[in-house]
Amino acid sequence: MADIALDRPAAASREGASAWSRLRTSRGWLGLWFMAPAALILLLFLAFPLVKGIWLSFTDTRIGRGGAFVGLENYEWLWDDSVFWLSVFNTLLYTAIASVAKFGIGLYLALLLNKRLPFKALIRSIVLIPFVVPTVLSALAFWWIFDSQFSIISWSLRHLGLLDHNIDFLGDPTWARTCVIFANIWRGVPFIAITLLAGLQTVSPSLYEAATIDGATPWQNFRHITFPLLTPIIAVVMTFSVLFTFTDFQLIWAMTRGGPVNATHLMATLSYQRGILSGSLGEGAAIATAMVPFLMLAIMISWFGLQNRKWQSG
Amino acid sequence: MAGLEIRNVQKSFGTTPILHGVSIDIQDGEFVILVGPSGCGKSTLLRMIAGLENITAGEIRIGSRVVNAVPPKERDIAMVFQNYALYPHMTVRDNMAFSLKLRKAPKDETATRVNRAAAILGLEKLLDRYPRQLSGGQRQRVAMGRAIVRDPQVFLFDEPLSNLDAKLRVAMRAEIKELHQRLRTTTVYVTHDQIEAMTMADKIVVMHDGNVEQIGAPLELYDRPDNMFVAGFIGSPAMNFLKGQVTGNSFRTDGGLTLPLPTRGARPAEGQRAVYGLRPEHVRLAEGGVPVEVAVVEPTGSETLVLVRPPGEAAGTDLVKDLGRDMACVFRERIAARPGERIAITADPNLVHLFDPESGRRLS
Repeated sequence: MADIALDRPAAASREGASAWSRLRTSRGWLGLWFMAPAALILLLFLAFPLVKGIWLSFTDTRIGRGGAFVGLENYEWLWDDSVFWLSVFNTLLYTAIASVAKFGIGLYLALLLNKRLPFKALIRSIVLIPFVVPTVLSALAFWWIFDSQFSIISWSLRHLGLLDHNIDFLGDPTWARTCVIFANIWRGVPFIAITLLAGLQTVSPSLYEAATIDGATPWQNFRHITFPLLTPIIAVVMTFSVLFTFTDFQLIWAMTRGGPVNATHLMATLSYQRGILSGSLGEGAAIATAMVPFLMLAIMISWFGLQNRKWQSG
Repeated sequence: MAGLEIRNVQKSFGTTPILHGVSIDIQDGEFVILVGPSGCGKSTLLRMIAGLENITAGEIRIGSRVVNAVPPKERDIAMVFQNYALYPHMTVRDNMAFSLKLRKAPKDETATRVNRAAAILGLEKLLDRYPRQLSGGQRQRVAMGRAIVRDPQVFLFDEPLSNLDAKLRVAMRAEIKELHQRLRTTTVYVTHDQIEAMTMADKIVVMHDGNVEQIGAPLELYDRPDNMFVAGFIGSPAMNFLKGQVTGNSFRTDGGLTLPLPTRGARPAEGQRAVYGLRPEHVRLAEGGVPVEVAVVEPTGSETLVLVRPPGEAAGTDLVKDLGRDMACVFRERIAARPGERIAITADPNLVHLFDPESGRRLS
């Protein structure tokens, strides 16, 4: 191997500086070529749609009809649109409550699964189930669970004599919000639990032993050892979780379609409704683009606030 | 400070017994080393003293107090781990102050104690660094600093030098010994390295398969090993064991070498089967001694290691059949002999040992 590497410059000078020999001898060129396919895919499927979407938001394009540049008109329109502002509020509420709950439950489960338990492998795979089931399927199941007539919850409560009427879970604004947030938490917990569990397993047991001898109680062990050492992973997993929750679409669309009276409309569902179903691509694109600053903010917070730790190597 | 008393302590993991009744007395201020091959139970015993493992049966006392049911933090011990177990997210200062912080000690007292420990170990300039910014030896020192700050009754060391390179290990060995001479804290130290044990300990406990084989001062173990295990474990290169029988005034090995009987102890019976223990460094070159054939010569500068076999024998046969290797000799003088040549050797009768071939116990 070493011989080949040493031979190369000599070989190149003999052949002259053709593009092929430059490629063969220059590591920089080679690297560029290896990166090209990935860069192409990213440009084509990520950068292009993003730029195109932002561009659309500055036009009055409708489905089937090319539009003209209208500047900030779509945004001015949204500024005065109470439904848009409601969807922003809903999205923030949905993201905040679901993320905090998912983090709390996920961390708790991870700590539990990190202990010596009987049937540990089995329990771990059970925890993963909500993550494995396709979102639409679980959303349909929740739709049934929260159905105004056939809800198993209402049925059980009625038969237990605790209730004399069905709860209209998805028909009442507060109930509907609670239900979609619950469904999102149910679906998001496994991802966080399993990732944090992986993080917990990288903490050397001797640190806990050292802390125990130093006099730490189980709570102090968690507070001073586990949690600080887990922060890098928490930062990554919560960034992802916040991004996914903020842009959630499937659960809402399958369960409520944004109803009742827009009480569960998120920015993503509103964007789809306005852009695709109503055909106002420009306005839909403007709603979608309005999500970008929020997402950037979430990334910045995690990047600067949590991820850079002096004690971390690399 | 306090002594430590281990009374008939047993340990099993599930149904697998690890320790079969170990008893050790450790005096106040003593430096005791538990040594033995991997899996002999020495680390388990140390962890039981620390309170990290339950005691299946028996009793451990620190001072006059039975600590079987006392949680680790109330045992007043400090432990240095093999991988140092420094908290990676805390600076050296915070690592050392952690136990005091948990105890809610006053800030100025904490600072005084941390600074004093740092001064003892030469860590003053590193107090604001994180563990990852330290070299192996510095980490080792911080781990000791963390123990010193607590001013415990007993120090426990779990193979603290095995992650260091050979040169640093020798330096840290001296440093730990000096530290002990300064602080005079009772210390229990686990290692698998018999040289560490020999050089540092006041008292060595040799363990094997969950039993104590012998307890004694380093030179006592070297000069008068109780059994073949201790004889083979202590000393480097390891003692040669030669099977044979007592014939007249000498010992005749199965390979046909005639060696002098030990002068110490009772004289063994004529014809008795025994194992002859001869340390490589106790072999002498002697005109008219036993002729042997040189197999390998390894000069180290200060001395020369020569592997020999009875003349005409193929490698690894007969002489020390059970060990399957040639007999090792260490000479202070430089040997010019080359492989295949013959030299004449003898053993110093004051320094050889006889063991029972069945039980492995010392005959005397």
